[in-house]
Amino acid sequence: MSESKSNFSLTKTTIKRLKIVIYSIVGCVAILFTLFPVVWVVSASFNPLDSISSQRLIPANPTIENYTQLLTDPSRPYVKWFLNSVKISSITSILVVSLTTLGAYAFSRFRFRGRRSLLVTILLVQVFPNTLAIVAIFLIVQQIGFYFPAFGLNTHGGLILVYLGAALGGNVWLMKGFFDTIPRELDEAALIDGASHWQSFWRIILPLMRPMLVVITILTYISTYGDVIIARVLLRDSSQYTMAIGLWILIQGWYTEEWGVFTAGALLGAAPVIILFYALQNQLVSGLTQGAVKG
Amino acid sequence: MGSNQAAGGVSPPASPHKLPPNTVTILVTVILDVFFIWLVWKSVTDGLWFFTVTIILIALIINYACLRRKNYPLRWLAPSISMLVLMVLYPLAYTLYTAFTNYSQNQLLTKQQTLQVIESTKYLPVGASTYKWMAYRSPENKYLLLLIADNEQVTLLPPLGQSIETDISISSANIPNEIGSYKKLTRVESVKYLTELTEIEFGSPSATYRIKSLNEAAQYQQRYLYQPQTDTLLDQETGTIFIPIEGTFTSPDGQVLVPSFFVSIGTRNFTRLLQSAALRGPLLTVIGWTFEFSILAVVTTFFVGLLLALIFNDSLIPMKIRKLFRSIFLLPYAIPFYLSVLVWRGMMNPHIGILNHLSEQLLIYSPPWLSDPVWTKIGILIVNLYLGFPYMFLICTGALQSIPSDLLEAADVDGASPWQKIYLIQFPLLLIALGPLLIFSFAFNFNNFNVIYLFNNGGPPIPGAPTPAGYTDILISYTYRLAFEGGRGGEYGYAAAISIIIFLFLAVLTLIQFRYTRIWEQASENV
Repeated sequence: MSESKSNFSLTKTTIKRLKIVIYSIVGCVAILFTLFPVVWVVSASFNPLDSISSQRLIPANPTIENYTQLLTDPSRPYVKWFLNSVKISSITSILVVSLTTLGAYAFSRFRFRGRRSLLVTILLVQVFPNTLAIVAIFLIVQQIGFYFPAFGLNTHGGLILVYLGAALGGNVWLMKGFFDTIPRELDEAALIDGASHWQSFWRIILPLMRPMLVVITILTYISTYGDVIIARVLLRDSSQYTMAIGLWILIQGWYTEEWGVFTAGALLGAAPVIILFYALQNQLVSGLTQGAVKG
Repeated sequence: MGSNQAAGGVSPPASPHKLPPNTVTILVTVILDVFFIWLVWKSVTDGLWFFTVTIILIALIINYACLRRKNYPLRWLAPSISMLVLMVLYPLAYTLYTAFTNYSQNQLLTKQQTLQVIESTKYLPVGASTYKWMAYRSPENKYLLLLIADNEQVTLLPPLGQSIETDISISSANIPNEIGSYKKLTRVESVKYLTELTEIEFGSPSATYRIKSLNEAAQYQQRYLYQPQTDTLLDQETGTIFIPIEGTFTSPDGQVLVPSFFVSIGTRNFTRLLQSAALRGPLLTVIGWTFEFSILAVVTTFFVGLLLALIFNDSLIPMKIRKLFRSIFLLPYAIPFYLSVLVWRGMMNPHIGILNHLSEQLLIYSPPWLSDPVWTKIGILIVNLYLGFPYMFLICTGALQSIPSDLLEAADVDGASPWQKIYLIQFPLLLIALGPLLIFSFAFNFNNFNVIYLFNNGGPPIPGAPTPAGYTDILISYTYRLAFEGGRGGEYGYAAAISIIIFLFLAVLTLIQFRYTRIWEQASENV
């Protein structure tokens, strides 16, 4: 009896030790993989302009030359691009969240003819590759521009319209899943008390949806902020560019002279999104994991 | 205020969508309708048929939602559905239409636009009367033309499409030196600006004059005349008749007029896909890699995510460390993806890439990441792993935490090994919970244009391919190149045909996924 018991505890500690070794190795490799590119970019951005090929992880003579060149060169208005990106992404994500919330509420709380087919249609249509519809998208933005110059080609208004259309489908589904998890008894009670649908939506349901609103806002923000393909087709003038296109064009001369300036621009550009992401990390993580499991 | 009123009343719990539309709703609808009618009228005058149909569709949706009280729920949906119609459905319909035409870089215009361009061509008829001329130039670099006929009659002409207003009487005896801000050019100045001047057409569309030389100007005439009853173009200079063949005006002896317009060519784009051996060659390679990539991308990200989720869900590790590691693993998810891809591309660059330096020093071999097909594919999978594992890590963590802990405790009691617990309990449950997401991820990677395009633009190129194609091109990037980088000009029609096929494939996949998931049941309940 006692022999088998000590034997049992022995295997348990062995397993425990083995686990710790494996965990440490896997953990270290994963951390290295995750952080390496970031560390390298930080290092490259402080490396002197002319010594890229001999770059070391800790630069021998760190300099902010790359940053000053990035911010002062009048041929690439980096600050302007940055502000354009922030403006476009903010407006897009706010509008996407507003529209999807309204739509998802209807799908979750009302029963009406055609509800199911509409839901399925929205998702199916969304599978259509946006990248390949670019000719058609170009044409419709041009045509809208004939009548409303503020939403035509080479305008931020037109670009936002395109993003709006592209972002709605999947998010309506995600959001609807969340509305479904909020018990219907809550708003039914409010309706019986005489509240309108709008009041029960605005006062009761919406406050409970905060985490999900944050998730969709951030995800839309990040994907809008990072779009290169559509923005590049619609925007022509350097002063209208978003940061994504600006940096993408900057790097077209491929990684020789411009590499240091590019890394500086990339770091400054990524910083706001990263800060936003980590500030709202808890809500994001819980929103995403719940959304995933509940489908 | 509104809520007080509502709460104070003892009204029965009438569901608001039994109420008739109120005044505000009707007012908004009427205002929108006026706006739509104006827009439809404008676009019909301009001949933008697709746009017109789209606007009418949106107007119908909004009216249907707002004016029938039964349709109250649709009012909540009207804004998002309108946007979807405008920015997703319209491009989809247009692409479908394009797939059945020969729309390409060379055939970009409608018939009407093509005729406009061709009809604006002018020629100088034999024996046309000529004039002596003088020119006036404004500080803004604009010109006026003064023609002096043989009978000394004088006419002042603005450039085509412009007009002049002047009350100065002009005759051959009285030629002013200045007209408004325009100054007469001296003979020396006329020589200086001659090239510029000969490019300008003066007068009106029915009587167009151009400067032939320093001494002569002449009336030009429209060269091609469209004859609607025969649908042909007559060349007034030579008398040749051009007949439209597949969107190109062609003469009997094979001469063609530029530009061409696009016409419907039926299903030829689709049959070309199946029949042309030259196109099929790279297409098969591309399709093969598309499937390899989508499957490998899902498998690699899922297993790395799962492994990390299993480890950092284990209570053996202190909570603080677990939290720290989880935060770090989210980093690639927070960085804008295009920056990550470009940075990885830089790190794998043979000249300045740090990965090559490191592996050269450590292993005396540096892989040709961007020029060798196999190594580029490995590179893309690594980059994709970097971009994709945080999401998989997140959802695996969520799914693991939702597995009831008594299941695992029961397994402990029964003496299951840790490996058995993973293999027999956690993994099957995870697959059930995450199956739909994995299929979704497959569909996403099937169209993961950004990684492929930004990393190496689909390269290295396949040598001898008749259309531009690379070893790492997936279907969507291959099609994108057909449309936008094709050597003979963008093959939009053909590219549209492939997009439609991709769309159908993914739509069927999505439907099958629905069929077998709870999403389907949720959507179909209570309908």
